[in-house]
Order: sequence, then structure tokens, then C-alpha cells
Amino acid sequence: MSVLSVQGVWKSYGDRAVLRGIDLEVAAHEVVALIGASGSGKSTLLKTIDLLERVDDGRILLGGDDITDPRADPDGVRARIGVVFQSYNLFPHRTILDNVTLGLRAVHRVPRDEATRRGAELLERVGLADHASAYPDRLSGGQQQRAAIARAVAAGQELLLLDEVTSALDPLLVGEVLELVRELKADGTTIVMATHEMAFARDVADRVVFLDAGEVCEQGPPAQVLGAPREPRTRAFLARFLPS
Amino acid sequence: MTATEARRPSPIEVERQAFRRRQTARSVLVGAASTIVFAAAIALLILFSPGWPKVQQSFFDPVAWVGAWPRVWDGFLLNLQVLGISVVGVAVFATIIAFLRTLRGAVWFPARFLAAAYTDLFRGLPLIIVLYLVGFGIPGLLQQRVPVLVLGPVALIITYSAYVAEVIRAGIEAVHPSQRIAGRALGLTHGQTLRMVVLPQAIRKVTPPLMNDFISMQKDVGLISVLGAVDAVRAAQIETATWGNFTPYVLAGVLFVVLAWPMIRLTDWLSARMQRREQVGGAA
Ligand SMILES: Nc1ncnc2c1ncn2[C@@H]1O[C@H](COP(=O)(O)OP(=O)(O)OP(=O)(O)O)[C@@H](O)[C@H]1O
Ligand SMILES: [Mg+2]
Repeated sequence: MSVLSVQGVWKSYGDRAVLRGIDLEVAAHEVVALIGASGSGKSTLLKTIDLLERVDDGRILLGGDDITDPRADPDGVRARIGVVFQSYNLFPHRTILDNVTLGLRAVHRVPRDEATRRGAELLERVGLADHASAYPDRLSGGQQQRAAIARAVAAGQELLLLDEVTSALDPLLVGEVLELVRELKADGTTIVMATHEMAFARDVADRVVFLDAGEVCEQGPPAQVLGAPREPRTRAFLARFLPS
Repeated sequence: MTATEARRPSPIEVERQAFRRRQTARSVLVGAASTIVFAAAIALLILFSPGWPKVQQSFFDPVAWVGAWPRVWDGFLLNLQVLGISVVGVAVFATIIAFLRTLRGAVWFPARFLAAAYTDLFRGLPLIIVLYLVGFGIPGLLQQRVPVLVLGPVALIITYSAYVAEVIRAGIEAVHPSQRIAGRALGLTHGQTLRMVVLPQAIRKVTPPLMNDFISMQKDVGLISVLGAVDAVRAAQIETATWGNFTPYVLAGVLFVVLAWPMIRLTDWLSARMQRREQVGGAA
């Protein structure tokens, strides 16, 4: 069964339809890369999945539960999904360890000792053990994003959503964040990520989904979509990215 | 963290450091000298002015100062008690009002409306009127005596919460919206996000204005004398009658200034520090 199933989702801002009947299935342990021009609706799609935006039509199922049902508990749904945005993720007034364990303690009611133990373990894994008691402004951008990702998976979330987590970073720092995503994939985390890093999408994603003007224009294995696109719109988009 | 290895500074740096030390010493000396000259000039001007003996007699009489001290000091302790209770009350009440004003959704319209009406009303109403209304209205309503330690704080809390709630709300709105989204995305409820993510950052942002409100509360606590309580101001009034000069008022004034001064310095220092941080770029 799919972990995530997006079925005919529509979303408009004012009279502008940003998502126009999106269908998307994501299986367990699958890594899906969303690509598309700026304004094509990638971020909007991720926000509707995390219930930060309400859909105008269609359904979204998480582990078989209809989370777009108004009777669903949005806080409960968000607790099952980890999200990392482009920037401003960490809470500046809390230490890195506190950031990582806050969800465990406040949402999942894990006792403090246990949460601290798990948080420390996680920071060790993402290479931030030395910075556990530092505040976010003392970390580099790449370290901050790694901490944000650690926080997003700390409670064993079923699904991880990443929205251009490297686009605010120096090219030099991009690598360390992508390396962490690769490790999470190796652990079997289910990931949907919006990205402009085509090389990374090709390398790590199991499937690439090309969004254009709020529709899924083309999807398939990275080698096919990025290497031999069938749709003229995909080709036009990629031509701008991979000039050769 | 690795210790930086001890390195001998180059001759250039040694010379620069020596120069900076000389500069510092020089400016300290210049500052001290000019202060002394300035203070001496003012002292001479005052002491040799024709009216000084009379002014000293009415406002700075040492005998009246010592004589009035016990009663004024006791009164001042009452002011401190009222202040202590009021500060705690304002912190709690103002936070609740600010919270009510951030609630979204139709159900909460009455709460939002009441909170807004409250802050509008009590920011416009002079404290002295609130003091009279509370001080004479409540005992009249209950048909019994109510201690000043209740009436004073009630009036101060009602008035100051209106200001402080607005300051806190401004702070809440100054926290970047993505912080709220990040909190909600983690699965925190609206209340949890506010309490654990937004409020701590908001309070930090508005610490200087909050402290200013605290300072003006330290002074306004002297107004409880209108309730008939023997606080520092009322005690000074009584002592003034006894001694036939105004030295007790000066004494009470000095006590209030001494109370407020550390807070004033601290506020100044904090604002300056925050401004420097903003200029450097500061935390995200
Ligand atoms: N809150 C909003 N109100 C109004 N319009 C919005 C809002 N959020 C997004 N939009 C519009 O919706 C469209 C899709 O935005 P979205 O952020 O999903 O694009 P994107 O594919 O993530 O682009 P990018 O690659 O630049 O991040 C854009 O035209 C944007 O202007
Ligand atoms: Mg986007």
C-alpha cells in the first residue's frame, strides 16, 4: 500500500489555480523528487500534504487515512510527517538538542531522559554531536539544515517532505546535506522532495515527477525523465537546466 | 574546542596595543578632569547663589531628613510590596490578553473583541481615575474594608496589563511567520506553538519596552497614597507637616529614584546591545 496517495488535488490562490488535479502515489521506502519551474506548484503541493494549506478538491491519503477529511486531526497528521523548508527552520531560542527533541517531548510525550538519549543519538548520526548544546545561530547553514532534518525524522515520522533544503546554502555546504538525505534513503525513509538539484535527483530519487503549471506533466525513473524525456514541456524545462 | 596556541604577537601588534592603552588612559584622564571642573562650577554656582540658604532649609534639611526616615522608609516598604504583587499580576494577565488577541477563527470573535476593547479602554483611562474607582468602588460594592495590598495591585494590574499586552502582542507579530509554521509542522498545537516557540522569541524582542513599562510602574506605585494608605508619599506628606519643610518629599523622591535607577541602566544597556546585534546581522 502507498504511504502517500494524492488523488486529483486542486488548489487555487484567489482565482489562480496553482494545483490542477494532481495525482501522485508514493510507496513505502520510495524517494520521489519533484522538479519543475519556479511557480509550478511544488511548494504548494508539499504544503497541502502537511495540511499547512487546505485543498480545494481531491483527497490525500496518508497510510490509508484520508487526511483531507475535515474530521481528521491536523495536529495528529502533522506529527506523522516530517517537514524541512528552505530556511528559518530551527527555533533560534532553543539549543540544537532542544530543537531535535521538542517534538518528541511535546507532541509524542516521550519522557525527557528518553528524548534526550534519542536526540543525542540522532545528532551523533548526523555529525552534530559536538553542537548539541549550541544555539542555531552558531552553526553553518549546512549544519542548521542537517539539524532541521534530524528534527523532522526524530519521532520516526512515516513520511519526510523536503522543500529545496539546499537552495539557501553555499555550493560547498550543499554536499553535506545531500549526503544526509542519501543516508536517510539507505535507512528506508520515505521522502518527497522538491529540488532544483538535477544531478542529485538523478542520483538518489527512485522516481522523478515533473510538475508544470500545476499538473503532473511527466514522471518515471530518473534516467528516463531526465535523460530521455517524452514530453516536449519536460524537454524545454530540462534544456534550461542542463545546457548541452 | 581547541585552545589557541600561545603565539607571540608581532612588534607591530605590540606597538598598536601600547598605543591603544595610552589612548584609553588619556581619555579617562580627560573625562575625569572635565567632570571635576564641571561639578565644581555647578557647586560654586549653587552654594554662592543668594537663595541657596533658604532652598537648603526648605528642601535639604539634614535634621528633617533623619527624623522623617523611619516613617517614609516604612511607607516605601508598602510601595515595594504593592509593586511586587502587581508585577506578577501584570505578567500573567497581560500575557493572557495578548494571547486572546492572537486567536484566529470565528468562535473566538467575542474573546478577541473583548481583549481589544479592554486594551483600548485602559490605555486611555488615567491611572488615578482607576485608582479612585477601584479604591472606593470595590469597598463600597462589597460593603466592607479591603486592604490596600489588594486594591493597589488590582488598579495597577488593570491599567498596566493594557499597555504590556500590546507590547507583547507586537512582539508576537514580530516573530517570523515561518517559525509558527515550523512549530505547527512539527505537530505542536496552536497553544503549544505559541508557548514554546513564539512567546519566548517575542518576549526577547520586546524586553526593552517591557522594562520601560516596569520602570514607570515603579514610580506610579507612589499613587496608591490616594487610597489613604501610608505609603512613602503619604508618609512624606505627614512628616512635612511635622517638620515644617519639604525635605521628607525629597527623601521619598530619592528612594524612588534609587529603586528605578538600576532598572533604567539595565534597560539602556540591553537596548544598546540589541541594537548592536541587529547591526552586525544577528541571529536568524
Ligand atoms: N500564500 C499564497 N498566496 C497567493 N499565491 C501564492 C501563495 N503561495 C504560493 N502562491 C503562488 O502559487 C504559485 C505556486 O507557488 P509554489 O510556491 O508552489 O511554487 P514552486 O513550484 O515551489 O516554486 P519555486 O521553485 O520558486 O519554489 C506561485 O505562482 C505563487 O505565486
Ligand atoms: Mg518552492
